[in-house]
Amino acid sequence: MKTSISPRQISQRMAFTLLIAATAIVVIPVIVIIVQIVVNGAGAITWEFLSQSPMQAGKAGGIFPAIVGTFYLMLGTIIVALPLGILAGIYLSEYARDNWLTRTVNLAIVNLAGVPSIVYGLFGLGVFVLMFHFGMSLLAASLTLACQALAMTVTTSREAILTVPREYREGSLAVGATRWQTIWNVVLPQARPGIITGAVLAMSRAAGETAPILVVGAAFFLPGLPQSPLDQFMALPYHLYTVAAHVPGISKTTIWGVALVLLVVVLSFNVLATIIRLRARKRRYST
Amino acid sequence: MSINLELTDKKAPISDEIRISTRDLSLYYGDFQALRNITLDILENAITAIIGPSGCGKSTFLRLFNRMNDLITGVRVEGSVELDGVNIYDKDIDVVELRKRVGMVFQKPNPFPMSVFENVAFGPKRHGRKNRMELEDIVEKSLKQAALWDEVEDKLGQSALALSGGQQQRLCIARVLAVEPEVILMDEPCSALDPIATLRIEDLMRSLAENYTIVIVTHNMQQAARASDMSAFFMMEDDRAGILVEYGPTEKLFTNPEDKRTEDYITGRFG
Repeated sequence: MKTSISPRQISQRMAFTLLIAATAIVVIPVIVIIVQIVVNGAGAITWEFLSQSPMQAGKAGGIFPAIVGTFYLMLGTIIVALPLGILAGIYLSEYARDNWLTRTVNLAIVNLAGVPSIVYGLFGLGVFVLMFHFGMSLLAASLTLACQALAMTVTTSREAILTVPREYREGSLAVGATRWQTIWNVVLPQARPGIITGAVLAMSRAAGETAPILVVGAAFFLPGLPQSPLDQFMALPYHLYTVAAHVPGISKTTIWGVALVLLVVVLSFNVLATIIRLRARKRRYST
Repeated sequence: MSINLELTDKKAPISDEIRISTRDLSLYYGDFQALRNITLDILENAITAIIGPSGCGKSTFLRLFNRMNDLITGVRVEGSVELDGVNIYDKDIDVVELRKRVGMVFQKPNPFPMSVFENVAFGPKRHGRKNRMELEDIVEKSLKQAALWDEVEDKLGQSALALSGGQQQRLCIARVLAVEPEVILMDEPCSALDPIATLRIEDLMRSLAENYTIVIVTHNMQQAARASDMSAFFMMEDDRAGILVEYGPTEKLFTNPEDKRTEDYITGRFG
């Protein structure tokens, strides 16, 4: 055996190095962003910051109403987007025939995800705020974000349903279950982790959206929490935008603090989605 | 071709009541013809084996009897399949009711990811049986019929996926028995099982044949010879459409086939 390195091994090492470098370049910005936000914002996180209303245009006090508003928004979004998404997903995967109409619908759903979020905002303003007279409100904002989230809930529901093996459906039909009984008792329970994962990701995205809610109901400052779905609301991303761009003389730590809270909310939902997916996978393979 | 119903005296005589009959049955997947003009009578309380090379349409043929092919888009059926004299491809046939009468066991054991109990109770529950006591009776009876009760009696609440492959397949048979069908279709039920599990399923088939009409598709010639009363040999024509070459008592088909092609196949000379 020769100890010298052959050209083949050199090219192999170069390829590995390149791949590692590319991966690092992808990961580094994520780490830098997280570290920067945590280091700069941790100082702002106190019990008062999390539990009080803002004072002096956000320079003092806390961000409690914005946190609550964001959770309301996530809840409102998913209440609308999840049932619709599951029902449409069932239809598209189980019932729809493969014709031009179905293909058009599928294409439309994919493109729904590509529409810029401010366009959803304007759509919501025109339809929910003005046409349906919901006004600038939590309801209008939830419906607007739900439209945006539909792309994800429909797609993930459909995919989750399609991955349920055909053998299960056949086993159910073969003992005289109807198609709907098969879907309800066999297919949906197995598709549940996938559907929930999509729902949680849709919620985390709703939590982070700024542009759409700007025009359909988010307020920079409100004296209290929203009392009904028709009230305006505060939300973390919009609060962050305003304190960062429109409040001169605010402490940088406060701004980073808002960013940190928003990041924790969004990331924790993403982590939750990952855990649900991993647990489902583990259950599927450990028999 | 002629259907020879002459019975040999080596096997117990079987009923000559016809349970299912197909007449000039053809099936197309789009433009491709998968089955051509198949005329065959399935006898009551007999085990009928369908044998033949891969791709000759055996499974497709079997899945006609409970209209499982309906799930595939682009399938077209010509001719008739009569169950007790009623064409099951008539427009006003309730497919759900048909599948209750004609149960099916699949190639790969496919228990649902639920408990053993829930698997067997699945069918009865879907048909409106909700009484717990009644369901317990049905589950016990079905598992006993499927020769599985002794092995799972104390783990009815455990996941069916924890059972061995052979047990899972017997569970699937119990799941079918629980809805009290009249005909049981088996699509290569032992192909995923070891030889011992296979023999147990064959024993089970023999005991079930006293009360049920069984149609089994198998790749395994010994299995067909061992376990069946009647055998149908299928093969492909040049355009890959499946045809019925010969049908008759298993004993005769394996010892004294009428058709040269059957003989070539069972003696292993088939290309």
